[in-house]
Amino acid sequence: MSADAIESLVEHHFGEYGGQFVPETLMPALAELELAWTRARADEGFRAQLNGLLRDFGGRPTPLYRAGRLSERLGRPVYLKREDLNHTGSHKLNNALGQVLLAKRMGKRRIIAETGAGQHGVATATVCALLDLECVVYMGVQDTRRQRPNVQRMELLGATVRPVDAGAKTLKEATSAAIRDWVTNVQSTHYVIGSAVGPAPYPSLVRDLQRVIGDEARAQILQAEGRLPARVVACVGGGSNAIGTFTAFLDDEHVELVGVEAGGEGIDTARHGAPLTVGGRAGILHGSRSAVMQDEEGQIVQAHSISAGLDYPGAGPQHAFLRDSGRAHYVAVPDEQALRAFKEVARLEGIIPALETAHALAWVLEQDDGELDLICLSGRGDKDLAEVLGSHTAP
Amino acid sequence: MSTQQATGVQRIADAFAGAHKRAALMPYVMAGFPTLAQSIAIGQACVHAGADLLELGVPYSDPLADGPVIHEAGTRALAAGANVGGVLEVARALSPSIPVVLMCYANIVFAPGATAFVQRLARTGACGLIVPDLPLEEAGEVRKACDDCGIALVPLVAPTTPRDRLDAIGASARGFLYTVSVVGTTGEREAMQDRFAEVVARAKASTEVPVALGFGISTPEQARQAADAGADGVIVGTRLVRAAGESQDPAGAVGALVAELAAGLAATDRRSAS
Repeated sequence: MSADAIESLVEHHFGEYGGQFVPETLMPALAELELAWTRARADEGFRAQLNGLLRDFGGRPTPLYRAGRLSERLGRPVYLKREDLNHTGSHKLNNALGQVLLAKRMGKRRIIAETGAGQHGVATATVCALLDLECVVYMGVQDTRRQRPNVQRMELLGATVRPVDAGAKTLKEATSAAIRDWVTNVQSTHYVIGSAVGPAPYPSLVRDLQRVIGDEARAQILQAEGRLPARVVACVGGGSNAIGTFTAFLDDEHVELVGVEAGGEGIDTARHGAPLTVGGRAGILHGSRSAVMQDEEGQIVQAHSISAGLDYPGAGPQHAFLRDSGRAHYVAVPDEQALRAFKEVARLEGIIPALETAHALAWVLEQDDGELDLICLSGRGDKDLAEVLGSHTAP
Repeated sequence: MSTQQATGVQRIADAFAGAHKRAALMPYVMAGFPTLAQSIAIGQACVHAGADLLELGVPYSDPLADGPVIHEAGTRALAAGANVGGVLEVARALSPSIPVVLMCYANIVFAPGATAFVQRLARTGACGLIVPDLPLEEAGEVRKACDDCGIALVPLVAPTTPRDRLDAIGASARGFLYTVSVVGTTGEREAMQDRFAEVVARAKASTEVPVALGFGISTPEQARQAADAGADGVIVGTRLVRAAGESQDPAGAVGALVAELAAGLAATDRRSAS
């Protein structure tokens, strides 16, 4: 069978969600990307190269760790999927490796990315150094301040960090700026989107590259406990670590899937990042229809979270679909509670989690029921020290 | 289709046919910038200065197809209190004088439902709708709503659009085919007119409706070059929005620029005073 005959496995829609709401200039590039991915994923050489790098450069598989003191505290086994032990300190490398390898295969010489917490920017800059490609990362001015160490890491890796001064100066504006760059430089450039958001094929592409998290974790928990977890929990900004973890368990109907969004100052205020939890009319943001924080007329409103990676008014379209279908459910944890979990887990387990991940941990810490929880520990929290130590919330 | 329902599409066709210039001139005005009242005055100044059609922009929080000048104008318009109701009042005020084509991002169109939005637009007397983030694959519902109201849903094509796709978009076009002259967002640029002829020829081969060239056209010289390249219409946006933002007399400043552009497109090809 020729490569042209390979049927695309990329979903354009998840129920009523997804789609391709972008300027016409980008439509041929999306088609090109979908075709390249459809061919690459069927190519044993590409898969071997990617898997080799995930193993030898990235450090996969990451451990599934039984968190002893957390388990003791909660009276049930709690397992952490240690994506913080991935090279560069988060799950973001899984996606960046795959997409940048794909871009190189497509003949692109220039890579752009957006970043909120900086973890996706660092992962992309890292792979661009590895594969010798030009790298430009867009980051909101507010985030360059609160995630300073990651700006320094990206620059050390040879990337150009472009601060974005529009709007709330966070992840939404950085993503818009990256898309505008892509509209202008689409022929030479690949846009490595960092989460399971954006126009098709991105939500599927990012999920497929992140599903290694759940595939490994499912096998590991079966080996360790001889059973599946009762609950699988992950934080959700755009939702890439969550969809990467959930995917392996979608057909295990008795495994509860919980996505934890940023409650910010409370979901009864306007200052949160929890569009899936709050619900309401679907909207279009950054090229796809999904759960979106918007006003009555369709203007996108600003999100708020202490965690830069969850400070985003949208979420991936497949999450909106999983919510509506009842297969997954979504909750929100406010800033203060996430901060407390950040500190508590550091002392209980000797693991400093990313502030994003701390939202998922905080939710689990609050549950007094349950049998066996598996949490995606999506990243390490070293980048967050200045933000946490500078905040006035009591420990 | 009733006579009334055909009005918007027909007015656009008449405007292109009766432009009495080498190409119809379509200025872009950001509704609500600097204020709603001033944007009406700017639109009227465009009419008096010789505009044939008017593209009326709806301010949006996340305008992905726009460069920094129009993005900033939209942000300021929203901060000054512009909303959809106000924007549609601008369309209503200007429509008796000139065919108005609304430029509006998809999320605003879908917020009340595409049909409800388009019906509301039609009641202002506006003639057309451009949705810059609604490619062919996503446009079905909005196009049907527009067809039912006699509103022309104007699609965009880009230099990156391949031939077969161009034909499909050209066949779906109502009113005119918005032909993006450059790979990029809206904004002023220099020296890309060497590609105008190729871009326009490709577009014209794909459609029955007039072809209007936009994105990056700011000077009378560039407008004339677009006409030389065979464009049926020329769209000028960022240059005018910048003038509206910089001048103490936005309507006067925009009117003067539109007069220069109109002179540049005059059938006798007289050079403008500038």
